Amino acid sequence: MKKTIFSITAIAALAIGMIGCGAKKDGGGAMSGSNAEKVYVAPGEHDEFYAFISGGFSGQLAVYGLPSGRLFKVIPVFSQDPEKAYGYSEETKPLLETSYGFIPWDDAHHPDLSQTKGVIDGRWCFINGNNTPRIARIDLKTFETVETIEIPNSAGNHSSSYVTDNTEYVVAGTRFAVPVPQRDMPISEYKGNFKGALSFLAVDPTSGEMDIAFQIMMPGFDYDKAHPGRGKSHGWFFFTTYNTEEANSLMEVNSSQNDKDFIAAVNWKKAEEYMAAGKFKTMPANYAHNIYSDRTHSATTTWKKEVKVLNPAECPGLVYFLPTPKSPHGCDVDPSGEYIVGSGKLSANVTVHSFTKMLDAIKNEKYDGEAYGIPILKFEDVLGGTVVQPGLGPLHTEFDDKGNAYTTFFISSEVVKWKLGTWEVLDRKPTYYSVGHLMIPGGNSQKPWGKYLLAMNKITKDRYLPTGPELCQSAQLYDISGDKMELLSDFPTIGEPHYAAACPADLIKPNSQKIYKLEKNEHPWVAKSEKETKVTRKGNEVHVQMTMIRSHFSPDNIEGVKVGDKVYFHVTNLEQDFDVPHGFAMIGANTSELLIMPGQTETIVWEPKRVGVWPMYCTDFCSALHQEMQGYVRVSPVGSSTQLSWSLDGE
Amino acid sequence: MKASKILMIIAALLPASLFFLPMWTIELSAPQYPEPLGMEIWINKIADMKTGDLQNINLMNHYVGMKEIPTHIPEFDVFPWVVGGMVILGLIFGFIGNRFLFLLWFWLSAIFGTIGMYDFYQWQYDYGHSLDPKAAIKFMDSAGELITYQPPLIGKQMILNFEASSWPAIGAYLLFLGMALSIIAYWVGRYEAGHKFPPL
Repeated sequence: MKKTIFSITAIAALAIGMIGCGAKKDGGGAMSGSNAEKVYVAPGEHDEFYAFISGGFSGQLAVYGLPSGRLFKVIPVFSQDPEKAYGYSEETKPLLETSYGFIPWDDAHHPDLSQTKGVIDGRWCFINGNNTPRIARIDLKTFETVETIEIPNSAGNHSSSYVTDNTEYVVAGTRFAVPVPQRDMPISEYKGNFKGALSFLAVDPTSGEMDIAFQIMMPGFDYDKAHPGRGKSHGWFFFTTYNTEEANSLMEVNSSQNDKDFIAAVNWKKAEEYMAAGKFKTMPANYAHNIYSDRTHSATTTWKKEVKVLNPAECPGLVYFLPTPKSPHGCDVDPSGEYIVGSGKLSANVTVHSFTKMLDAIKNEKYDGEAYGIPILKFEDVLGGTVVQPGLGPLHTEFDDKGNAYTTFFISSEVVKWKLGTWEVLDRKPTYYSVGHLMIPGGNSQKPWGKYLLAMNKITKDRYLPTGPELCQSAQLYDISGDKMELLSDFPTIGEPHYAAACPADLIKPNSQKIYKLEKNEHPWVAKSEKETKVTRKGNEVHVQMTMIRSHFSPDNIEGVKVGDKVYFHVTNLEQDFDVPHGFAMIGANTSELLIMPGQTETIVWEPKRVGVWPMYCTDFCSALHQEMQGYVRVSPVGSSTQLSWSLDGE
Repeated sequence: MKASKILMIIAALLPASLFFLPMWTIELSAPQYPEPLGMEIWINKIADMKTGDLQNINLMNHYVGMKEIPTHIPEFDVFPWVVGGMVILGLIFGFIGNRFLFLLWFWLSAIFGTIGMYDFYQWQYDYGHSLDPKAAIKFMDSAGELITYQPPLIGKQMILNFEASSWPAIGAYLLFLGMALSIIAYWVGRYEAGHKFPPL
């Protein structure tokens, strides 16, 4: 009897103990403690990685630190930014110039960092403007947008802006097929008549400046995403297509009918040969190329009037179609360049093409017909493997340095890790919620840094404190250094983070410029010392060359301006000290403030409409006497005889 | 050549380094200046430690009414001649080889050095105390006296929110080494003349 009671008690105790232990494990007290340490960047310390995350419909490019998730800067690219006078100052307005006129906004999706021999080099970041097709280049010494170039014959610049292995080219692919050239015609005649332009922009290896080398005029499909071949597939570029049905309405149904769409494999080395042989047509075009100079601190617009076009049907060997299920979105190439992953967003599997097999299929002409003169390769002859049923709605894949691939699944809201070559699923983790793209630093290059994975999500719901009906979007950081992924942290993002590119901070940090050297300033209206300041009148234009230094303007009293004048304030920041910007604002100016960095000159225009004495002031807290940094402008009536004068402390 | 002469010649050459190396540095550091501001004093100029430092030091100083630090002062017309003269004199003494001349050279260097330090002190005093009465910032100490901003002659000192550090630079250290060598040359000269080294 005693033995029985003892046994029952022992078993009960054991059971309770096991349940208790199990519960503790789920709580993960010790684990979450160490995760916090992994993302904690102590005060005064720096993050390991720079992450450049697109702002999507904000039009800007955000700079975050990983692993902390701290936001350092929102670089204005395609949208005006009144905080920095981007698109408001006379010097930056040209960067937003297009053939449609000045446009203050765009949709910026896919940043890509420049590479040298397949490794991220931290020189420039490129990003696409989706609505008015453009590519912008950001200089990573100053973290400023220094160039924007418009893409003709395109509409919706989505499969952009990706660079080749050695930054020979950055590509722009039209998302929407359109009549080329644009003309009046019924929309229902889309099929067979609309075209999709894939543009290759050559990047100057020293200056980074872009120039459209050629466009390939493709059939009227939608060109969704692209990535370069690398390593063994260097010289090729891959674009996913959807809407091979060539529907023009109710696309959500009509573009989803075909069992397979294509990945277009473009041999750009072959294109270079055709270009050299003169096999292109020159089409008239009208598009803007805007470049900002750090010497003049100004942007200028050049109008380009033509573009060179290749017709793939007349260029054998230029383009091949790889059949890919089903409305594929992401088109991702592994670090070795052998595997091309097509994530068919309406498929349940992930299809992986083999580059070696593709070359073989081309050599042996294993064709399955053609579309508009472009050979379609046989699916079985290019297939490398299929990851079976990994999740619902595969969108995009990136890679680590251990032969693993990570794919996002939008519908099942998760990230799945699988092995290249064996196609087996190794791990899956949920994302919160509905992940779009993910990013591994270097995951789109020959050399990934396989420590962190950032998932960028579309739906936030209850993840953070709510902010009314409109919520920010979110990003989750995972540790992928071990066998299983670990969720480390969760942080909000600006706009909509479509895609990102990241690299170790050491590639960029040492080159980050601290000031602009005043002696190198070549702005036409610079004043390099207080002695050089002056005010000049040219008809009804008044040009004020003023300076700012702690803590005064020079001049700070200006008289002789009249109602109806167009007053240009050309302000030079004379500081040569790190992190001492000055701001400038004028009451009643129908524009933003100026935010001027040491050694820079920037201009805004003020059109005084009222007689009186009007104050101006420094808007950026620069010094102990920042509040005293102010001045006055006297505005006299039209036709008055007040002499133009300017002074500081009576001189 | 006798060892003492060689030593004296080396001693005489060392101050020549002042023609291409700075003599003194004054650094100012504060929490908002993780990379301190600094100035280098040479025998013929005052210069930035890193580009822009002098402008930035003057910007800080003007709030409390301090004058702008000059890049050139009358002393700079005199110093190069004094240093050059001492080098030549030392070389002559070295070749002559008379150890008492070595000692003389040491004492001349010491006297000129002391005069230099006194002059430096005077400039620092003037700079710290001649404050513009219209200065924007005028702090009083607990006794109600106006605070002044004389930097330390040598060493560290807090001046408002800055820690000022005033130290010799490499050129001055080489000068001191030269002076030490001239004394050693004197002792070696004594030994060469037959005297034993003095009991310690």
